[in-house]
Amino acid sequence: MDVLWDTASPLTVREVSERLAERELAHTTVMTVLDRLAKKGFAQRERDGRAWQYRPAASREAYVTELMLSALDQAGDRQAALASFARSVTDSEARALRSALEAFEDRPGD
Amino acid sequence: MLVTVGVLTAVAMTAVTGATMLASAAWPGRAPAAAILLWQALGLGWGLAAVGALAALAARPAHTGVAGGVLAFAGDAVGQAADPAREPIALTAFRVTCLVLAVALLALLCWVLAAVCAAVLRTRRRHRALLTLLARGDPKAPGALVLDHPAAAAYCLPGLRSRIVISAGTLDLLDPAELAAVLAHERAHVRERHDLVLLPFTALCRAFPRCGVTFRAQHAVALLVEMLADDRARRARPARELATALMRFGVAGASAPPSGALAATAAGGQGDVTARVTRLLEPQPGLSRLLWVGVCCSALVLVVVPAALFVIPL
Repeated sequence: MDVLWDTASPLTVREVSERLAERELAHTTVMTVLDRLAKKGFAQRERDGRAWQYRPAASREAYVTELMLSALDQAGDRQAALASFARSVTDSEARALRSALEAFEDRPGD
Repeated sequence: MLVTVGVLTAVAMTAVTGATMLASAAWPGRAPAAAILLWQALGLGWGLAAVGALAALAARPAHTGVAGGVLAFAGDAVGQAADPAREPIALTAFRVTCLVLAVALLALLCWVLAAVCAAVLRTRRRHRALLTLLARGDPKAPGALVLDHPAAAAYCLPGLRSRIVISAGTLDLLDPAELAAVLAHERAHVRERHDLVLLPFTALCRAFPRCGVTFRAQHAVALLVEMLADDRARRARPARELATALMRFGVAGASAPPSGALAATAAGGQGDVTARVTRLLEPQPGLSRLLWVGVCCSALVLVVVPAALFVIPL
């Protein structure tokens, strides 16, 4: 997947294999992985002559943002699929916490 | 059968009143485990009592409890064609309506629970697959995956193949001791499957989206689960580390949201983080043994009484 993300144009299985040459993966292994990524919707593929060409369905940043949103969006209609350490707080609560933290750090080690 | 209806209605109403009171009570923070137990009993007891009361209205006066009464009524309904003059038609219509309502309520509760479970599993599967593609290990956070994003986030993805995830922003925000405390907190969630405790209440919110009590209940249970994990983390790490980590998270979350969408999420959980910090820094004594027993007995009564009335005649 990193290979797909690092390349602007769509890649065939062979091109992905070449870019992963140092990993010494079998051609069929790469093909299987790419096929699986396409089935899960993370990669899109289109025919180019005889070979399939693969490209990422969305950028790496978009996926990271998606994960972070589901991690931080704990208010409202949450699914309880994840458990976040701390939910988001209101501005007034954040101000109170900041002053509490500052007061706390002024008297270390008690 | 009227006594049964009365008792079941009373249990259902007690559960709703109890939920309202428990949501605003102060003692759950002192004993999160006991409060969570009581919440589960309130939810289960209410469901049993509400379905049971409707079914009992439909049940024919029989000396066999709600289940037997309903069966007797159903048997009569089949045989009714042969003997139409036995009961006023209005009463029969009322019984049928109640039975339909009871079955509908039971079906709604079961269906919503199944739907929420399926949705949660689907979300987690996608999330886990994306983590495999995107996250990396980091020696600074043993046992956790690191996601390269500047905002502070730490969460766990519960399940059979659970994951603990922290963002790169968290690595910058916390010192090593605080990070260890946060990881201990998340490990407690994963180990004790706190997500399963919360699931029925998420389902109740889905079943009754207009009902304020269910949302207050879900919010209260979510907070109690966090407090329980705080307590577990406190066994391994000093409470102070977890408290400062929480404060840093709270401050960072509100002041530097990485995108507009994230800034708009501050609606729920007013004062939750503050409440957790306060109870970490100024620990309250736990419940006395007598109160513990009281809570356990109430929970038991809430579930056993409606369940028993399904089979025991009154």
